[in-house]
Amino acid sequence: MKYEGRVWKYGDHVDTDLIIPARFLNVSDKDELAKNCFADVRPDFAGNVKPGDIIVAGVNFGCGSSREHAPLAIKAAGVSVVIARSFARIFYRNAFNIGLPILESNEAADEFSEGELVSADLITGEIACEGKKKRFFAKPIPDFMRKIVEAGGLVRYVKNKDSL
Amino acid sequence: MTTPMTITEKILASHAERDAVSPGELIEVNVDLALANDITAPLAIRVFEELEVEKVFDREKIALILDHFVPNKDIASAEQARIMTEFARRHDIKHYFDLGDSGIEHVILPEKGLVVPGDLVIGADSHTCTYGALGAFSAGVGSTDVGVILATGRTWLKVPSTIKLEYEGRLRQWVGGKDLILYTIGLLGVEGAAYKTLEFSGEVAGKLTMDQRFTMANMAVEAGAKNGIFEPDDMARAYVNERAERQGTYFYSDSDAVFEKVVRINVDDIEPQVALPHSPDNVCPVSRVDHFRLDQVVIGSCTNGRIEDLRVSGEILKGRKVARGVRLIVIPGSPDIYKKAIQEGIIETLLEAGAVIGPPTCGPCLGGHMGILAEGEKAISTTNRNFIGRMGHPKSEVYLSSPAIASASAVLGRIGSPVEL
Repeated sequence: MKYEGRVWKYGDHVDTDLIIPARFLNVSDKDELAKNCFADVRPDFAGNVKPGDIIVAGVNFGCGSSREHAPLAIKAAGVSVVIARSFARIFYRNAFNIGLPILESNEAADEFSEGELVSADLITGEIACEGKKKRFFAKPIPDFMRKIVEAGGLVRYVKNKDSL
Repeated sequence: MTTPMTITEKILASHAERDAVSPGELIEVNVDLALANDITAPLAIRVFEELEVEKVFDREKIALILDHFVPNKDIASAEQARIMTEFARRHDIKHYFDLGDSGIEHVILPEKGLVVPGDLVIGADSHTCTYGALGAFSAGVGSTDVGVILATGRTWLKVPSTIKLEYEGRLRQWVGGKDLILYTIGLLGVEGAAYKTLEFSGEVAGKLTMDQRFTMANMAVEAGAKNGIFEPDDMARAYVNERAERQGTYFYSDSDAVFEKVVRINVDDIEPQVALPHSPDNVCPVSRVDHFRLDQVVIGSCTNGRIEDLRVSGEILKGRKVARGVRLIVIPGSPDIYKKAIQEGIIETLLEAGAVIGPPTCGPCLGGHMGILAEGEKAISTTNRNFIGRMGHPKSEVYLSSPAIASASAVLGRIGSPVEL
C-alpha cells in the first residue's frame, strides 16, 4: 500500500465545514461531493487535484461535524493519503471505515511543502520525498485499524469476519 | 478486588459484558440506541444495504430523525429524506420522526424518554454526546459505523481516559451552562479533550437544570471529546421518570476512580462568555467584545433550543424591540417546546419584539437554510460552531453565546449583556 503524489498543504484545525460546506450535503454521491471539496477555502482544489495527491496538514484535521461526506469527498477527489500531526476522533474513524488512508506525522507537517512530490507507505509508515532526502516514519497504526484498512474498509471487514 | 472505575468506564464495561475496562483498551459493545439524521442516514442506509443483511438488528433501538434540512430545502435534500422515509417504512423503524412530531434530534430523543441513564448511544452526528446529561454514554461517529450498527447492534470503541471538571463557587447573574461550557472549551482548547471523556461535576454542576446540562454535554465535542457526562442525580431521575418507559441503570464514578486529570474551576468570577470567530475555543467575557453592528441573531439548535432557553429569551425581550436592521430568528427545538412556548406566551412576546419564529430544524446552525449570512455579515448565535462559513458566506462571522446574551444583543444591535438594557 504505497502512494505517491504532490502535496497540498493545510494548517491546523481543518474542520469538516471547510472540507465540505454543509450546503453541499444535500447529496451523498461521492463524485458530486468531490466537486465541492474545500470549495470555500481553496476553490482551486477540486479542479486541480490529481489522482494520488497527498494532503499534509497540522493538528486536529477533520474536527467538527461527523459528516462522512468529508473523507468521502477527499477520497473521491483523488487524494491518496492524508498526513497530519493529528486527526479529530470522528474523522479518524470515518477515514479508516471508508478506506481513506491516513497517517500521523509531525515531521511531515514540518518539512514538506506545497507541491512537493512525496511517497507514503501505509504498512511501514515511511513517508519520503523524491530521492528520499527527507524520510520519516509515521506513528504506527493500531493493529485493529490496520486490519480494517487491509480488508478495504469496515463493511468488508465485517463481512469477512462475521463479527461485531 | 474490584477495579475502581469512572461512570464512563462502568457503562462501557457493562455493554462489553466485562467486569472492568480501562483507558486505551479496544472493546466491542452492544448499542442501546443508534441514531442518524437526514444528512447521515442515507449513507448509513447504503452501508447497511452493502452488508446484505435482511433485517435491522432491532427496530426499537434505532432512531431516524429528519432535522437538518427540514422542511426539505430543495429537491436534492427531499430525495435524501425520501431514502430515509422508505427505509424506515420497509424496516418498520419504531422511532422514526418526520415533520409534525420531529424536532432537533438531540432535543427530542431525551424529551421522548428514549435515552435513560446507563444507556450506550451511538449516533451519526457529532452532537450525540448531548445525552451524557442523563448519565448515559453517548458518542458521535460517521455513517459507516452506524450502518454497521443497524445490521449488528454492535460497534467498537476505544475506552477513553477521563478529564474531571469540578465547578465550584457561585454563578453570577446571566451565567449558566452555555457560559460554563464555552469557558471550559476556552480553557482546554478545541483539541484539549481529544479522544477523551469530559466528566462534569462539582457543586455547581449539580445545581444546573437539565436543560443547562444538555447544553454542556452537547458541546463536549467542541473540545474534541468523545463524550461528556454528568452523574445522574435526583433531577435526572425525575426528568427520566416523567418521560421514559425504561428505568435505566444509575452508574457513578468510584471515589478512587482514576482520572487523567482533575480541573477545578471556580465560577465566582466567570462572566457571560462569547466565542469569537472562527473557533469555539476563541472565548472572551462579553464585556470585552468590541462594539460593532450585528446583522443577525439566532436562538435555537441542539445546544440551546429548549424551553428554558426560550424562557430566558422571552424574559429579556418582553416589552422590548429588536434593534432596527437586526434579524432575530428563534427556532424551538421540538414541537412540544414550540407548544409550551405558545402556552406560556413566549412566542407572542418574541413576535411583538420583532422576532421571526422558525419550525424545529437545525437550519441556520450549519448554514443549511432559514437564515444564511451574506458576505461580511455578522451574527451572534446560541449554536455550537463558528467555523469559517458555518452559517453562510465564508466571509461572514459567527459569535457564539447563551440565549441571554443573544437576546440582549438583538435589542442592543451589538453584542452585549442584559445588564446593559
